[in-house]
Amino acid sequence: MLELALKGSPRYWGWLFFLAILITAGVITYLYQFQIGLGITGMSRDVSWGLYIGQFTFLVGVAASAVTIVLPYYLHNYKKYGRIAVIGEFLAVPSILMCMLFIFVDLGQPMRVLNVLLHPTPNSVMFYDMIVLSGYLILNLLCGWVILMSEKKGAPPPRWIKPFLYIAICWAPSIHIVTAFLYQGLPGRDYWMTAIMAAKFLSSAFASGPSLLVILCMLVRKFTNFDPGKEAIQNLAKTAAYFLLVTIAFYLFEVFTAFYSGITSHQYSIIYLFKGLEGYSKLVPVMSICVLLAAIGVLILVTPPLRKWEVTLAIGAASTFLCMWLEKGITLVVGGFIPNPFDRVFEYWPTIPETIITLGVWSFGFFVLTILYKIASSVKEKAVFDKYGEKQVKA
Amino acid sequence: MSNINRREFLKILGIGTFMGLGGWSIFEVVGKGEIEAFVEKYKKAPEALQAKRWAMVIDLKKLDQKIIHDCTEVCHRIHNVPKILNPKEEIKWIWEEKFKNAFPEMKDDYMSPEIKNMPVLVLCNHCENPPCVRVCPTKATFKRKDGIVMMDMHRCIGCRFCMAGCPYGARSFNWRDPRQYVKNENPEFPFRMKGVVEKCTFCYERLDRGLPPACVEASKGAIMYGDITDPNSEIRKILSSNFAIRRKAKLGTKPSVYYLL
Repeated sequence: MLELALKGSPRYWGWLFFLAILITAGVITYLYQFQIGLGITGMSRDVSWGLYIGQFTFLVGVAASAVTIVLPYYLHNYKKYGRIAVIGEFLAVPSILMCMLFIFVDLGQPMRVLNVLLHPTPNSVMFYDMIVLSGYLILNLLCGWVILMSEKKGAPPPRWIKPFLYIAICWAPSIHIVTAFLYQGLPGRDYWMTAIMAAKFLSSAFASGPSLLVILCMLVRKFTNFDPGKEAIQNLAKTAAYFLLVTIAFYLFEVFTAFYSGITSHQYSIIYLFKGLEGYSKLVPVMSICVLLAAIGVLILVTPPLRKWEVTLAIGAASTFLCMWLEKGITLVVGGFIPNPFDRVFEYWPTIPETIITLGVWSFGFFVLTILYKIASSVKEKAVFDKYGEKQVKA
Repeated sequence: MSNINRREFLKILGIGTFMGLGGWSIFEVVGKGEIEAFVEKYKKAPEALQAKRWAMVIDLKKLDQKIIHDCTEVCHRIHNVPKILNPKEEIKWIWEEKFKNAFPEMKDDYMSPEIKNMPVLVLCNHCENPPCVRVCPTKATFKRKDGIVMMDMHRCIGCRFCMAGCPYGARSFNWRDPRQYVKNENPEFPFRMKGVVEKCTFCYERLDRGLPPACVEASKGAIMYGDITDPNSEIRKILSSNFAIRRKAKLGTKPSVYYLL
């Protein structure tokens, strides 16, 4: 099936070439970081995780969100998702790859990464994160590939794949719960140490993932002859709308707990992010944009006419995705480190090399995504049957 | 290094090998208990100081700028801790904080400025229940039997999970090659490399030679140390007759560093 990725329009090759340039820039900058050390980033003794770990955290959510398509389709036989199940699964694959790369570029001693396997440590949440992430990668690659392969052959998928589909559905939340546990089990980091973290991670994932899928489906429809279907897109938007509301509610629960209880240490990070603390306010603009985007997202996704009109839908979906990205990809991680254990504020802002490396990893993700979607859409364009033997509607 | 009797060791090894060739393993000849006893006997030098759980008591009344300077200076010098002035990349094993920063939960509007700004020496607390050990994915940081929370800088992958886990800010990361920032290097203590986390190790290398931790020695009595499980130890006597506090005790990490006010 890989051969399908080798035949494409000049636009396809141009896009891949563009991504390849960004990847190369990322690789070269990474070599610089490899040589000098992580000192080239904005991270510090006090804010010891930054953009890299933020992207990792965010992308685990995007990966997990494949379940918002796969679950209704395979468990509830929601046929409208039949055509885009693979779109979800194939989004999970590059997302997990990016997660792994972001962890890798964040390591101080990347050559020793295999120590995690050589000295397995079951009391570390990182150990479980490694297991669930690699498991999820394999499951999605397997399910997506096998089902697409059978579609290509015009036959229903083999029966043995079914258990893997169900495992993948159960597995999806686990990757994000375990990732939340990385944060919420740490004493002395009040912004993270809250039981709602895992729940909020899942809800924000199921808001950001489907919004991205809405945009990706629109792009697939625009640039290929494969139509994911208007109704499928509309339903993804509804999923995003509900989970966006749930995420905002969860955040407000946290604000309530911190401020009604009056426990100041629980309030500091929130104050820092929204208002600034002791005159430090680098992340206030980021958080303000985040709030604005959330408002736009809610307005569009919740109001039926705005959601149904695809121009506004695209804006709403993009706002939701960006809002979640700013929240989880930057402010969540950095906010947790401020103030530091000595009640001082030491701020963080990513450096240019750090941003280039981050961009490089994202480009790699989009590179893989493009190839996988190219294969999927090429198959889908010709596909005759779906899983239930139903005839695929030609666009 | 202890005086391992090389001859005796080789003798037993030789017998073991010989027996092994004859189909008898070394365990059948000497027995597992005897091997363990043998290893135990030679693991530590006779002069090495040992404890069930090492702990420290810092008397804040006795701290002055000279003692603080001496303690931090000697620690950082003998452990080749790089002197990086940029606070972003600072590496510290033991250092001075103001009382209000070391004990932020005790902040009080009416606390006298003297107490608020009273100098406090802070270092790794060698917690009984250390979160850094719990989160480390490679066991590069681990708790020894004597309570010292150790770092294996050759195993550390530099993920900095321990830094997020430590509620005391006791851990530093080598953001770049530390060698260029070390002036008078101590050849007896290993250098670190870029990309690993480091912190106070309770001078395990000095305890092995029968010496107290360097900061204790330099503190002129302001810092005491000993086995906290031993009711007759000096620090236990101090703790039973004085009011002592620990940093962020409510977090359940059970720090081994106590402060007298």
